[in-house]
Amino acid sequence: MREPLLELQGLHKSFGALTVTEDVSLTVMPGEIHAVIGPNGAGKTTLIHQIGGTLRPDRGRVLFAGRDVTALPMERRARLGLARSFQITSIVPGFSALENVALAVQARSGSSFRFFRPARGEAALNGQALEALATVGLEGRAGVPAGAMSHGEKRQLELAIALATKPRLLLLDEPLAGAGPEETGRLIGILRSLRERFGILLVEHDMGAVFALADRISVLVYGRVIVTGTAGEVREHPEVRRAYLGEDELA
Amino acid sequence: MTAFLRRQAVPLLVLPALAAAPFLGFGDSFALTLLARAMILGMAAVSLSLLVGGAGLVSLGHAAMMGIGAYTVAALDAAGVTEGLVVLPTAVLAAALFALATGAVSLRTSGVHFIMITLAFGQMAFFTASSISTLGGDDGYTLFGRTELFGTRLLENRLGFHFLCLGLLALVWILCSALLESRFGRVLRAARENPQRVRAIGFSPYPYRLVAYVLAGAVAGLAGALLANATEFVSPAALSWSRSGELLFMVILGGMSHLYGAILGALAIVLLEEWLSHLLEYWRLAFGPLLVLSVLFLRDGLAGLPAAVLSRLPVGRATRRGGPERSGADA
Repeated sequence: MREPLLELQGLHKSFGALTVTEDVSLTVMPGEIHAVIGPNGAGKTTLIHQIGGTLRPDRGRVLFAGRDVTALPMERRARLGLARSFQITSIVPGFSALENVALAVQARSGSSFRFFRPARGEAALNGQALEALATVGLEGRAGVPAGAMSHGEKRQLELAIALATKPRLLLLDEPLAGAGPEETGRLIGILRSLRERFGILLVEHDMGAVFALADRISVLVYGRVIVTGTAGEVREHPEVRRAYLGEDELA
Repeated sequence: MTAFLRRQAVPLLVLPALAAAPFLGFGDSFALTLLARAMILGMAAVSLSLLVGGAGLVSLGHAAMMGIGAYTVAALDAAGVTEGLVVLPTAVLAAALFALATGAVSLRTSGVHFIMITLAFGQMAFFTASSISTLGGDDGYTLFGRTELFGTRLLENRLGFHFLCLGLLALVWILCSALLESRFGRVLRAARENPQRVRAIGFSPYPYRLVAYVLAGAVAGLAGALLANATEFVSPAALSWSRSGELLFMVILGGMSHLYGAILGALAIVLLEEWLSHLLEYWRLAFGPLLVLSVLFLRDGLAGLPAAVLSRLPVGRATRRGGPERSGADA
């Protein structure tokens, strides 16, 4: 069996008396889309923060490509190949779409302690940035200020930024949140086209998207993983139906 | 090229105007002293603008870097060292080292805490300068003479000094502008707007901010060394927090979205101060309200004035009415 790209071992995190992550262990294999679902307040975003490096777990380990990264800050994890999108879109609003992505290319293309040559004119950076924009279907919007883009476009741009870092694992925190039906369809198409190249850990509320995309699904309730399995297994799991889905009809 | 000319039209007008000024009736020693002061403060303000407008670091201790440059000149003067090729690099280096040491600590904080800690370091430098008795303590120190260049008394010549200041101001502006457009500057600007995003793609903002802080400190040190020469006198007032505030005001009045705004701000404040003090005995009474009005109505500072005037000329009346009333009600 291949080595997992990401492995969480017994993660614990509490804020005071409130335990938000309790003994969470899961793996993401190369080329796999592993979705984490759960009701509001289940601790999905806290979990993502611990994987991304913005929060330190109280106990447990985060292994990335076999390496213990539990103590590394976000920027170090990013340089190892862990790219993330945020629940609230995180871009540089004053930069053009192209410059947003070119900055990400710059992060892995030699030193950024270069003081004289205009970065805007670096063909190598711009070329790769345009490629990443084309992957998410934004090639025609390269010159638009990122702050002036529609919500859906910003989500696509954030994905392009993540891709431009040439990651090994994508950590996507609700990439479809707030997107309209048409944008959702486009984003699902993009994610599907990416699955061959990366491992993806996907936190998402949109059940249709999760069941359409995910190879495996973990269900998080009150900070614990109550089941991990394929879409079919999760759908049939009695505890999931009771604890999480309630009367919700599954698509 | 035309885009470049349009974007940089203001400095491309202002810098030649400063070069021509001595030959257009501003060649007397009084006018030259005033212009030199404006250009030197402009240089320090450009370096502060790099921090405030470029990196989003609001420092209230920038006068300390300037003062250290000035005090280096005084200390070397007292030791009998007056050769510019030694004095100026030493002044720049001293200010840069101070910036490195204080920046390494200050940049661990952000926002209001950063403002307060830079203020604290500035005050430390101020009180240190006040207590150096060999350099006059509170009373300050009068230089034996201006710094020499290659053993000649070139800087004694007011016209020569004018063009040295102008040349260095232009150089500082060009280098800082290039810096902001470079790879380094791009990381700096992105980290100002969204540090989380910058981290998420693998940059730690800290080293970039520290290098910017040191470079800005070095430029301010150079400006301080020139200021000591302009007045041939150094006192702790050069490091006071009110001087830091003045520099910050030049940056804000001039407009933070362009580095040349700092040059406009420095010129405006130095010249306005002079003009008002001739006009009125209680000129500071008029100075304050003028500054308040400029902040209220010139959102992008003096650098944004041409655009603001143009946009209001044809139809802007209706939109203009709502603005002042609302800000009045908020206050």
